[in-house]
Amino acid sequence: MQDIIRQLEEKRDQARLGGGQKRIDAQHGKGKLTARERIELLLDPGSFEEWDMFVEHTCTDFGMAGQRIPGDGVVTGYGTINGRLVFVFSQDFTVFGGSLSDSHARKICKIMDKAMQVGAPVIGLNDSGGARIQEGVDSLAGYAEVFQRNVLASGVVPQISVIMGPCAGGAVYSPAMTDFIFMVKDSSYMFVTGPDVVKTVTQEVVTQEQLGGAITHTTRSSVADVAFENDIETLNQIRRFFDFLPLSNREKPPVRPSNDDPARQEPSLDTLVPANPNKPYDMIELIGKVVDEGDFFELQPSFAKNIVTGFARLDGATVGIVANQPMVLAGCLDIDSSRKAARFVRFCDCFNIPIVTFVDVPGFLPGTAQEYGGIIKHGAKLLFAFAEATVPKVTLITRKAYGGAYDVMSSKHLRGDVNFAWPSAEIAVMGPKGAVEIIFRAELDDKAKIEARTEEYRAKFANPFVAGRRGFIDDVIMPHNTRHRLIRALAMLRDKKLENPWKKHDNIPL
Amino acid sequence: MFRKILIANRGEIACRVIRTCRKLGIRNVAVYSEADDGAQHMRLADEAIAIGKAPAAESYLVIEKIIEACERSGADAVHPGYGFLSENRRFAEALEKKGITFIGPSVHAVHAMGDKIESKKLAKAAGVNTIPGYLGAISGPDEAAKIAAEIGYPVMIKASAGGGGKGMRLAWNEGECREGFVSATSEARSSFGDERVFIEKFIQEPRHIEIQVLGDRHGNIVYLGERECSIQRRHQKVIEEAPSPLIDAATRKAMGEQAVALAREVGYFSAGTVEMVVGPDKSFYFLEMNTRLQVEHPVTELVTGIDLVEMMIRVAAGEKLPFTQEQIELNGWAMESRIYAEDPYRGFLPSTGRLQRYRMPQEGRHVRIDTGVTEGSEISLYYDPMIAKLCTWGRDRNEAIRHMRGALDATEIDGISHNVNFLAAVAGHPRFQAGRLSTAFIAEEFPDGFQGAALPEAERNAVLSVAVFAHLESEARARRISGQMPGYRPEAVGELVLFVGDDRHVAQVQPAVDGIDVTIGDHIIPVRSHWRPGARRFEGVVQNQPFSALIRPRPEGFRITHGGADLDILVRTPRAAELARHMPVKLPPDTSKFLLCPMPGLVVSIAVSEGEQVKAGQPLAVVEAMKMENVLRAERDGTVAKVAARPGDSLAVDQVILEFA
Repeated sequence: MQDIIRQLEEKRDQARLGGGQKRIDAQHGKGKLTARERIELLLDPGSFEEWDMFVEHTCTDFGMAGQRIPGDGVVTGYGTINGRLVFVFSQDFTVFGGSLSDSHARKICKIMDKAMQVGAPVIGLNDSGGARIQEGVDSLAGYAEVFQRNVLASGVVPQISVIMGPCAGGAVYSPAMTDFIFMVKDSSYMFVTGPDVVKTVTQEVVTQEQLGGAITHTTRSSVADVAFENDIETLNQIRRFFDFLPLSNREKPPVRPSNDDPARQEPSLDTLVPANPNKPYDMIELIGKVVDEGDFFELQPSFAKNIVTGFARLDGATVGIVANQPMVLAGCLDIDSSRKAARFVRFCDCFNIPIVTFVDVPGFLPGTAQEYGGIIKHGAKLLFAFAEATVPKVTLITRKAYGGAYDVMSSKHLRGDVNFAWPSAEIAVMGPKGAVEIIFRAELDDKAKIEARTEEYRAKFANPFVAGRRGFIDDVIMPHNTRHRLIRALAMLRDKKLENPWKKHDNIPL
Repeated sequence: MFRKILIANRGEIACRVIRTCRKLGIRNVAVYSEADDGAQHMRLADEAIAIGKAPAAESYLVIEKIIEACERSGADAVHPGYGFLSENRRFAEALEKKGITFIGPSVHAVHAMGDKIESKKLAKAAGVNTIPGYLGAISGPDEAAKIAAEIGYPVMIKASAGGGGKGMRLAWNEGECREGFVSATSEARSSFGDERVFIEKFIQEPRHIEIQVLGDRHGNIVYLGERECSIQRRHQKVIEEAPSPLIDAATRKAMGEQAVALAREVGYFSAGTVEMVVGPDKSFYFLEMNTRLQVEHPVTELVTGIDLVEMMIRVAAGEKLPFTQEQIELNGWAMESRIYAEDPYRGFLPSTGRLQRYRMPQEGRHVRIDTGVTEGSEISLYYDPMIAKLCTWGRDRNEAIRHMRGALDATEIDGISHNVNFLAAVAGHPRFQAGRLSTAFIAEEFPDGFQGAALPEAERNAVLSVAVFAHLESEARARRISGQMPGYRPEAVGELVLFVGDDRHVAQVQPAVDGIDVTIGDHIIPVRSHWRPGARRFEGVVQNQPFSALIRPRPEGFRITHGGADLDILVRTPRAAELARHMPVKLPPDTSKFLLCPMPGLVVSIAVSEGEQVKAGQPLAVVEAMKMENVLRAERDGTVAKVAARPGDSLAVDQVILEFA
């Protein structure tokens, strides 16, 4: 018995050392933490329960039989973040470059299966050179097993991927199917084919950072949601992010006690919307002044900035926020912003997170680039997402709500539960100038007449009353009361029940 | 008494005058330009009348429009505030013609004191000390040198019609005097259309001290003590106080009596200010007399208890002063900080935009705030960039300073750049606290501009301890989230490691009743506060002293603003701190190779092309910000590698315009 315990300790020590001190030093030298150090910082101190520490690979080819390291390149288990359960896998680059073997994949699958059963999120800390080539097709099978579970878990438990080193080739498709991807600047990259292959095939010369670094994926490709400075900051922010998420689709969003008065008034919001309809204002200011303590976790802040998405709390409970940003492209909808917001809305709907939509949208962005790029189908994604969502939906029109974009932005017609407007709201098919130029085309040469017509149109439609008369908005609220009114609306909707017709799944335009 | 007073001004002073009108039960009328539609002074007034476009020359400075507004509203008196038309003789005359009372001195007094040479002659005649100098016309450099030799160097050559530092030259010897005469003359001609200059003795280590006088139409004139306004930046007053730390009772009496004599010489009534330059030996000389209410009048009000605006109104209505010189008592010490929309970290460039956040400290016995804006107001480029005057009162100077520092630490402004940190740095400066002031204070103590105050160790430790407190409170709250696993028991925190830039501090934490005790090095710092996560303002007792600071969460810690410094503090567990040594040090990008846009604006033109050699000082681009065209020049010689912006582009602050090779 003593002998077994001694052996156990030896094995544990060996597992903890991963690929050995030299490789650990090399990992540190690159400005990266080891798999275990990352888990330590991610989870509550002492909460981590490791599984499968003694798992080893089963490969005997290419001299692998002699190289076995307990754990086989991934640390898995569960623990807590501020006391809430979470499953974690953390790839260990010091062990076979974090490469994925059949055993490595099995370990990941094991915690994913359990996470789905008990209803707890999965956080994957990715730092892997790719497939364990020595294992050949076994490694590929391992990836596919993980992929399959990513898909089955999608919409059941939140899945968060953190890219903290290389993630290339087929490996990228596991994070790609999770709900959120966070990256570390300068030390992580993701691509399907690396710079060498790119050069051979297309003659393009490109660095890893340019091809798939954190900046690339958060500003150009939108593959990743947020980029952070280093490992420590990243793990710290993942903890903050995790506190917004429900544990599974069976639960309501978490509630964290708030020190912010639900009835807090913000007089300065009364002057947020400028008198000149062509002058922009910062929608982030509205969000900051309405939500609890101004705490807003923005997602994809550097991509498609004409729409703002992210999580905040109202009276302690998480809400998802979607808001047009008049500061960028006048807040119009285009391909990128529609895709960005649609995916966010669908995440909220999956996990019972109420959606608060702030609308100031002049319409869809015109142009060949948009039409050739398929704005019809991409715009439809956001429309589809809002329309199918059954979570509480509260909408506030601050200024423009023009044309089809009005319909899209969680309008009453798409089962918006509570639709508010500020007195500055203009709900119409288009702006007065454009409308008059079409309706009164014959009078276009007469400047005075057109001006009079424009004024007439403005008086008729550039206000919230026409929509109000038809019940398309429920109430016109004063900007300074916005926080209180939103919180009241969400409290009323707390036990909302709405189900879509039974279907195998819907067929959202992809 | 008047039935209705029109205030021919805007901003804080209009609001200030309205306040007294209210107190006296007099109806009041505001005027406003297009840019001020919805402004605080317009909303506070009983009535408001639009008077034209945003530029002051098309609204607040147009005499006819003000007169018209008086007639429309039926106002029987006008308070001009300061600036704009307050010292405009034509305005006073125009009002007189219409039978509307100008709440200020007589036209004669305004006129007599408006001319620098004329006013000096009057002062001399009234027996007021004047700076040794020569006020007559000077024929040329030879005569200038002769006069200077008689007065004794150093001398100052000044334009007669001058102001704002234009047409002024300092000369330490004959060569500089000849040179200075020529350049001052030509600058005076081009700036004021009047090439007359005069020469006077230059006072070294000068202090700017002024006497507040108040007279009625019955020949009673009193002085209300002095104000010291030596803390100036480029002739713009920054911090003022009453009384002056230099002046003793005898000097005060001498200065006051001379000021009253001068006022009597011109038959002065209403409020006026006699500005003096004072040497370290308390020798004082007349500079000029301002025939209006001064910006810094609140400090006099705080130490005398007299409402100067009320007195101006009563005097204008023909009432006698309700007190004699003997009845005036100076009580305690008052200070005023002028909060400006300017960026002290970027050479005090003016800043404009929306006041996204604007929360001033609570007014009360020790704090007075004069402001014309509210949260959500727009600071436009059209007018004076002053946001507020923050005044404090204490029984003595130290107490007034202490309240000022506390109030500045509790001032929250977002959306535009502001000088609150700079003000706090001055108020916390040992030389300022010692009262060793001079008009060169800022130039001498901040020779390289402002990069944030350097906090003394004790204060720095207090800030660090507040970061520890905020961290623990935030963590404790985060651990009260719903949905926790049964049996969850958080570990108690005993030690944290704080990182500020390259500095690392270990903090031991000991829980205490109502707070924590933090040990940093050999110091035990008790922190007691009711601060809760999410609050921007921290108020509490730290090191057994009242303590205010602003707290903003940042990744892994907080930005804490206190005492004129913004400290970015990372708060880490010992384990995270240990691992932090592996984190790569990332240097901020080298911006010397770039021409960055200094303010949000529109590119009007780019003066250079790629590959072009440029010399230091050469214009590179023109950026328009809020209708102001700013020429951006090369800081050093170089070659343009890339032009990154095009005319018509709208740029954010720090966006790249050019890249150099």
